[in-house]
Amino acid sequence: MAVKDYLRKRFFPQIWCPGCGNGIVMNSMIRAIENLGYKKNEVVIVSGIGCTARMSGYLDFHTLHTLHGRALAFATGVKLGRPELKVILPLGDGDAVAIGGNHFIHAARRNIDLTAIVVNNGIYGMTGGQFSPLTGYGKKATTAPYGNVDSAFDTVELAKGAGASFVARTTTFHAPQMTQIIEKAVAHKGFSVVEVLSQCPTYYGRKNKLGGPVEMMQHYKKTTTPIGSKAKQENPELIERGIFFEQERPEYCQAYAQIIERAQRV
Amino acid sequence: MAAEMKFLQGNEACVEGALYAGLQFFAGYPITPSTEIAEQLSARLPQRGGKFIQMEDEIASMCAVIGASLTGLKSMTATSGPGFSLIQEAIGYAVMTETPTVVVNVQRGGPSTGLPTCVAQGDVMQARWGTHGDHSIITLTASSIQDIFLMTVEAFNLSETYRTPVILLFDEVIGHMREKLILPKPGEIELVERLRTSVPEGTDYHPYLARDDGRLPMSDFGGVHRYNVTGLVHDMWGFPTTDPATTHALLRHLVDKLEERADSLARYKEYYLDDAEVVIISYGSPVRSARHAVEQLRQKSRRVGLLELQTLWPFPAQLIHDRCQMAHEILVVEMNMGQITQEVKKAVPDPDRVFLANRIDGVFITHKDVKATLRLIMGKGV
Repeated sequence: MAVKDYLRKRFFPQIWCPGCGNGIVMNSMIRAIENLGYKKNEVVIVSGIGCTARMSGYLDFHTLHTLHGRALAFATGVKLGRPELKVILPLGDGDAVAIGGNHFIHAARRNIDLTAIVVNNGIYGMTGGQFSPLTGYGKKATTAPYGNVDSAFDTVELAKGAGASFVARTTTFHAPQMTQIIEKAVAHKGFSVVEVLSQCPTYYGRKNKLGGPVEMMQHYKKTTTPIGSKAKQENPELIERGIFFEQERPEYCQAYAQIIERAQRV
Repeated sequence: MAAEMKFLQGNEACVEGALYAGLQFFAGYPITPSTEIAEQLSARLPQRGGKFIQMEDEIASMCAVIGASLTGLKSMTATSGPGFSLIQEAIGYAVMTETPTVVVNVQRGGPSTGLPTCVAQGDVMQARWGTHGDHSIITLTASSIQDIFLMTVEAFNLSETYRTPVILLFDEVIGHMREKLILPKPGEIELVERLRTSVPEGTDYHPYLARDDGRLPMSDFGGVHRYNVTGLVHDMWGFPTTDPATTHALLRHLVDKLEERADSLARYKEYYLDDAEVVIISYGSPVRSARHAVEQLRQKSRRVGLLELQTLWPFPAQLIHDRCQMAHEILVVEMNMGQITQEVKKAVPDPDRVFLANRIDGVFITHKDVKATLRLIMGKGV
């Protein structure tokens, strides 16, 4: 099917600003699902609150638009309720690692079969450009007029440390790679995290004088490199992208099915 | 076969009631004095193929319960004061998305961490208004182990009938007290199963389009109909809107579906009310002390009666109005600073005749406390 056939055109036009990275991420997500051959009825999108979270409404899957930060907790109930479903969560900075940070590390620890796509645009867009835990030290935001005093999380390290069994990073510039990575992440049995560096030209770009969407995406091209590349060895400042970690370990719903068996034997 | 009899704690009776009602999913976080509910369900649910999950906090628990309920499972969480505060936002989400859920709050002393192991009934107004925005909600309570069982079954039935969260507002005394429970046989109490849509697969299903009778049939989330669920104001598709007419209609629907049924939702018990000049109104464990006092006073031929409220919200104002018409005095017995007393004052023609007997020191109110207050109101001889 064409990408447009996965969209609820009834609810267009969408709300995102011109040049926003969310459309690119949504496109890659759809292509990944198409490539995996899943039927629409097999896929659930759970999101929280914010620009990225609005993705759920436009997609013709089962869609659950929840509370700020709580998408992973709702998704845990959905997945445990119907383990056969493929559950994907487009999460913004806040949903993933600020208000939702606790649920993020615990979903990773449980290794429940959900795919968290962390769309890292370094800002809270929907509320108008306040700094997030992914903004970074010294950057500007409407609540950091003199430069941000907070340091940023490294989403990849956080996910790995918390126990996610699939961890990757890509950018909106590298859309074909993003599709491949999301495909692998969704197919992976366990908690998978894909961080996507994504541009918010309206707030992050403007506040930090990074130019328009094209310049911001070119910036991703210049400042990132494949994992373990020669370029990284020569310039440690470069951000690596690709699949960092992939591990087979017991998935929560499968493990719970064994608990049921054990309980029924006693 | 003789009825099965058990000797149980209130929290355990709640577990029995939930399982009888068909509980399939529980998510929770340990908190005194409700923890036994989670402990028991961690063993009992998987035995019947149900799911138990201990989440990272109460917020996550309530969210997981809503997610599981949407997929078609009867779902519940259990907590106490601090946890009840934390889940208020998610309760509002269940109200807004009309997701059947049952929330147990075994009340303890508050505010804040308060008195974790002591009894109180300070969360009555929080059960009504804890989440933000205009809304309505059902709250039930009980004063005996048998009634905890019955009200728990009722909570599931009402949550499925009206697509609403139902709060079971118990308290530390009734949660931990042990008493006889006669377990009804399967089928003895009618169970309400979810009303599911008859719209066939492949045809547009509108999750928030009411039938002629006002009910909204559900479709198990993740099943044959794809639709959107959101906590935003939404249209019949479940899609966000700011249209004033749609907004107004949704808010009215959420409130009216319960408030207009306040009379039929009223669950209560009455003792010696026929000729009562003094009507005592109570709910939860203090009912036991109020009843003790009433029975002692009846032996002295005092015309005292008791109205036990089992539905707290929507408030049974008409019931109270009717039962208090002949009363010279009305005494509300509760373990807070008058949360239901204020509602009773609004429901009766002469609010000056409504008095409060309470304790707020973590100690269970006794029949002596009730009689001492009656003495103050009625003069000597009580």
